[in-house]
This record gives sequence, structure tokens and C-alpha cells, in this order.
Amino acid sequence: MSIELRSVSKRFGDVAAVDQVSFSVADRELVALLGPSGGGKTTVLRMIAGLENPTSGDLLIGGRRVNEVPVQQRNIGFVFQNYALFPTMTVFDNIAFGLKVRSWKSTDAAARVEELLGVFGLEGLARRFPHQLSGGQRQRVAIARALAPRPQLLLLDEPFAAVDAKIRQELREWLVRLHNELHVTTLFVTHDQEEAMEVASRIVIFSRGRLEQIGSPREVYEQPVNEFVARFIGVLNVLEGPVRNGEAQIGGLVFPSHGVPDGGTLRIGFRPYAVQLSRNLGEFRHTATLRHTYFLGILLRVEIELDSGLVIKARITKEDYARLGLADGLRISFQIREYRVLSSQAGPLAPEVSPPVQPDIAEGI
Amino acid sequence: MAGHVSHHSSSHAPASGPTEGLAVRCLLIGLALLFVGLFLLLPLASVFAEAFGRGLKPYLEALRDPRTLASLRLTVLLAAIVVPLNTVFGIAAAWAITRFRFPGKPLLVTLIDLPFAISPVVVGVMLLVLFGAQGYFGPWLREHDFRIVFALPGMVLATLFVTIPFVARELIPLMQSRGPDLEEAALTLGASGWQTFWYVTLPGVRWAVLYGVILANARAMGEFGAVYVVSKPVPGEIPLALWVDTLNSEHQGTAAFAVASLLTFVAIATLVVKAWLESRQHREMARGQSSHTE
Repeated sequence: MSIELRSVSKRFGDVAAVDQVSFSVADRELVALLGPSGGGKTTVLRMIAGLENPTSGDLLIGGRRVNEVPVQQRNIGFVFQNYALFPTMTVFDNIAFGLKVRSWKSTDAAARVEELLGVFGLEGLARRFPHQLSGGQRQRVAIARALAPRPQLLLLDEPFAAVDAKIRQELREWLVRLHNELHVTTLFVTHDQEEAMEVASRIVIFSRGRLEQIGSPREVYEQPVNEFVARFIGVLNVLEGPVRNGEAQIGGLVFPSHGVPDGGTLRIGFRPYAVQLSRNLGEFRHTATLRHTYFLGILLRVEIELDSGLVIKARITKEDYARLGLADGLRISFQIREYRVLSSQAGPLAPEVSPPVQPDIAEGI
Repeated sequence: MAGHVSHHSSSHAPASGPTEGLAVRCLLIGLALLFVGLFLLLPLASVFAEAFGRGLKPYLEALRDPRTLASLRLTVLLAAIVVPLNTVFGIAAAWAITRFRFPGKPLLVTLIDLPFAISPVVVGVMLLVLFGAQGYFGPWLREHDFRIVFALPGMVLATLFVTIPFVARELIPLMQSRGPDLEEAALTLGASGWQTFWYVTLPGVRWAVLYGVILANARAMGEFGAVYVVSKPVPGEIPLALWVDTLNSEHQGTAAFAVASLLTFVAIATLVVKAWLESRQHREMARGQSSHTE
């Protein structure tokens, strides 16, 4: 089922938890609602479920306005952050609950529960109580329970937050597989950008109740619409300096003014992968000291410090790091291959950034 | 889990303060035991000593007295009316307080405790002021030939008032700690409000409800002051607690203590059930917590 929000707002007293949010999700999509805590993403999920009512705006499921449709009749499956399994019921009764209250015949319900126990690898646990299960098993029971009545939407609130890092990875892959098999429109809330990037086909990014951007993981990473998105998705180096005589000097680096008048402030941002490093001090124009290397896996993050004290984050593959013979404390030369102008206004950080600027190849910087 | 934890901490606690000295510890424990013995166990034992002092036969005879049996019936009837009413009220009030936001909520929470703070005699007098012959509603009641004070309705109202807090007081903190997640989960699965209450809310708080019910029952059966003011002092038309007092003032010692022993049995049964419920509740709370933290 498709979902559409048309300038939906939710106010709690004077606070707008969700402010004029519009977006739509196509049938069978797997979409992440991403943002820092307090961003409004959980409230959006709860409004789609019918657990909260929008203060204004229209909410459509399958093309039908559902603002006034009570939660029981929206035919959604909702997985709570702490799973909210019924502690007084067995695994079997938990999964069967949605069927019982919808007056399924008990033989049909039992068959459906057995089927789900099989799909979710929960055979043999039917008679257990929730407190006798592991975290991962609980999550699977919660999802099986939500899916039992064959909902048209599956909504998950921070589905991986309550499990430890090791099984989180497995569960992510499992959720993608599950979605591919079930073809049910799925929305999940997360504050973890990596999780959103890995699992979702599209990401809706929220901050302070507003929708910042919606797009595929690649789109939001490569074409962030503003500084918030750029900084939230992945790592962004942000430099800022005053413009004098048509150029900006920032920590020893010189940038053209990009139309910022003298006396104004130029802000630029670039991804760590745009920083190219060399052991040969003559290869690039700028020099710095490699301060620290973070071993993250196949990709390493290094921090380099310019003589001015400015610190820049760079990203380099393990192979290149070894090939160049890099190590902490070495002198290196570097260049910034591409960057974008973030905001040209003078003054402090502007949360809403100027229109997106195409990445600019800045030769000689 | 919580059981284990508390065992650990209790076994560690004495070890952590060895310098306090044996003498201080013995003194404190001795004082506590002396106090309990003197003011709780001794009177309790004396009730049974007096009741059975002249053997079983006079004891049973005193209980078989028609006036005593009538008192017993009345006491059970009062509890049977009052306890269910206050159970329903307690669950409804706890639900409203923990699940909704409304103006005057703190006031309601405070008012629920009023019966704990007010002397039962005052409750009786309040009923007299309202429903007595000279009271606000007195003339109207007389016109419609309906008696409240010095009759069963007055005793029901008095008992109702003094037992209001028991169930609600047990439920409010428990329902607050449980949060709305389970009920919301039931709703998303298609359950109606009533199904949610019946299958999810009530099973989750059932031990707390029972706990409140038995405490309310003990109070309903044992209430003296409030009922004393609004009941007609006629043998057979007063509940057990008042009947004990009447017998005692008529110097019928054995009979008075025999009836008192009935109330004492209620008290002992209440304590036993209460202890059992508490252990159950602890176990369930511990489970609930472990399923949250893991």
C-alpha cells in the first residue's frame, strides 16, 4: 500500500513535533525515517499507524484519507522499540493475538501461527514466554506478531536499537531479505544513518520536526540539499573564513570568493574521500602532519593537521594506506579534489543552507 | 533476577558495617521484637486465649448465636457490595490517571488518598449531615420513604468511603511503570478497547488488583468508626466489628472474643494471601524488567 503525507503537522501544546511534512512512499517500498532524536520521525510513524492524530494535514494510505480511521482499522503491523510482547502470553499466543481479536477461526489461526513460526525460525519456542527468549528471538516474535494478520503496512520503531551490535548486522540483512520475500510496504525509524543507508531503498531525513530531504541513499549522500543533511549523512569537513580581496584564507588554504563580497564569510564543505594524500611532499600544494588513523575496516579514516592547526578528516582505503607507506606522525602533502560552498551569509552557522551548489573542481586548492 | 540481586545485597549489607558492633545490632533487633511481641502478638494471642478459655463448646455456642450469624451475614454482604464497587472504581481511576492528560489530575490523585487521612468517625458524621433526618437530603428521603443512615445503604456508603484508596493506590504506580506500549501494541493488532483491557491490561495488573482487593476486603470487614455512626445499634443489624463491641460492653467476654477471633482469622488470612501475592508480583516484575533490559 502506498502512503502519502500532505503537509502533516503534529503539535503537543506549543511544540510542533512534526511541522508541515509532505512525502509519499510507493507500494512495496522499504523506507527509512532517519534523524536525530526529537526529530519527529517516531511521531510520523505513530501518525501513520493511527497511534497519534495529526493536528493538521492529510494522511493517505492506499490513496484513501485515513485521518479519522482508528488504529484497529488501518491494517498495519507495528513493531515497538522494546517489542512490547505480552508478558502473560506464550510466543504462540502473542503471534495469534491479532488473529484472535479479528475472530479468525482457531484452526486457521493456529495454521497461520505455525507458518510464521517456521518462517521466523521460532519452531520449538511456541510454548515459551517472552522473558525466556533472547533479544533477537524477541524481535522476531514481535515482527511475526505484527505480520500475522497480513497487514498492508509494516511499521518498525528503531527495530535494531535494543539488540547488541553483533546481531544487529544479521538482523539488518534479514529485514531486507524479509521485505524482498513479503513485498509489504515497510517503514522503519532509525537514528543511525549507516543503518538507514544499508537497509532502505529510500531515506526520509527529519530534523526538528521538519522534513529535510527524501531520496535514495546515494542521492542523500552525494546530493544533500543542505548542510544538516550533508553533516548527518556521513562525515563532512566544514571550513569557514572571511573573504578579503576576492579570496578566503582558511587555516592556510586559499579559496576563491565564490561571489561572497569582501567582508563576508565563506563556508565550504567536503567529504573525507575528496581529500587526496601523498607521501611526496612536492606532489600537492599543501602540507600537513598525519595525526591519527582510525581503522574502521576496509576504509580507514585519518586526521591530518595543517601547520595552522586546522584539522581535516580524510578517508583512504587500506590498500592505498599501505601502498603509500603512511603512518601517524608523518609529514604528507594533500589536495582537496572537490568541495561545495555551503553558505555565503556572514554570521554563525546557518541551519538552512543556500540552494545546493554543484560540486566544484577547484584546481590548485 | 531481582530476587537474586536483593539476596546478594542483603548478604553483603551486614558485612559492610562490621564496626557497628554486635551490641547495637542486638539492641535494635531486640527492641523491634519486643515491640512486635508486646503490641501485636500479645493482644492477638489474648484474643484466642479468651475466646477458647472455657473450651470449644462455649466458643461454638457463641458463634451459633442467631444475632452473631446475622452480623456475619451483614458483614459479608457489606464486603460483597463494597469491594467490587471499589475494584471497578480503582481500575477506572488508575486507568484515567495513568493514560490520560486532563485538568485536575493531581487533585484527583490527592483526593483518592483522603480516606487515609480522615478519621472514620468524621466520615460517619458527614453522612449524617447529608442524609440524616436533619441533613440536607433528609426531608427528600423521608418523602420518598428511603432510609440511608441507620440502615444498610448508610453502612455501605461509609464502608465504600473508607476503602476507596486500596485498589487505585496499588494500580497507579504499576500502570505508570508499565507505560502504554502493550496496550498500543494490542490496538495496532486490531483489538478493541475492551479486548485490550481484558486480554492485555488486566492480566498484567491482576496480582496488584487482587492485592488491593484483599486489603480493601479486610478493611471493609473490620471497619468500626464510620459504620458505628450510621448504624442502628440493634443486635443482628450491625456488622461483626460493632457486635464485638456490643457484646463486650454487655460483659459477655467469651462471646465477644469468639466473634473477635473471626475478625482475627480474616486478618491472618489477609496477611497470608498478601505475602503470597507480593512474592508473585515481585517475580513478575523481575521478569518484566529482564525482558526490557536485555
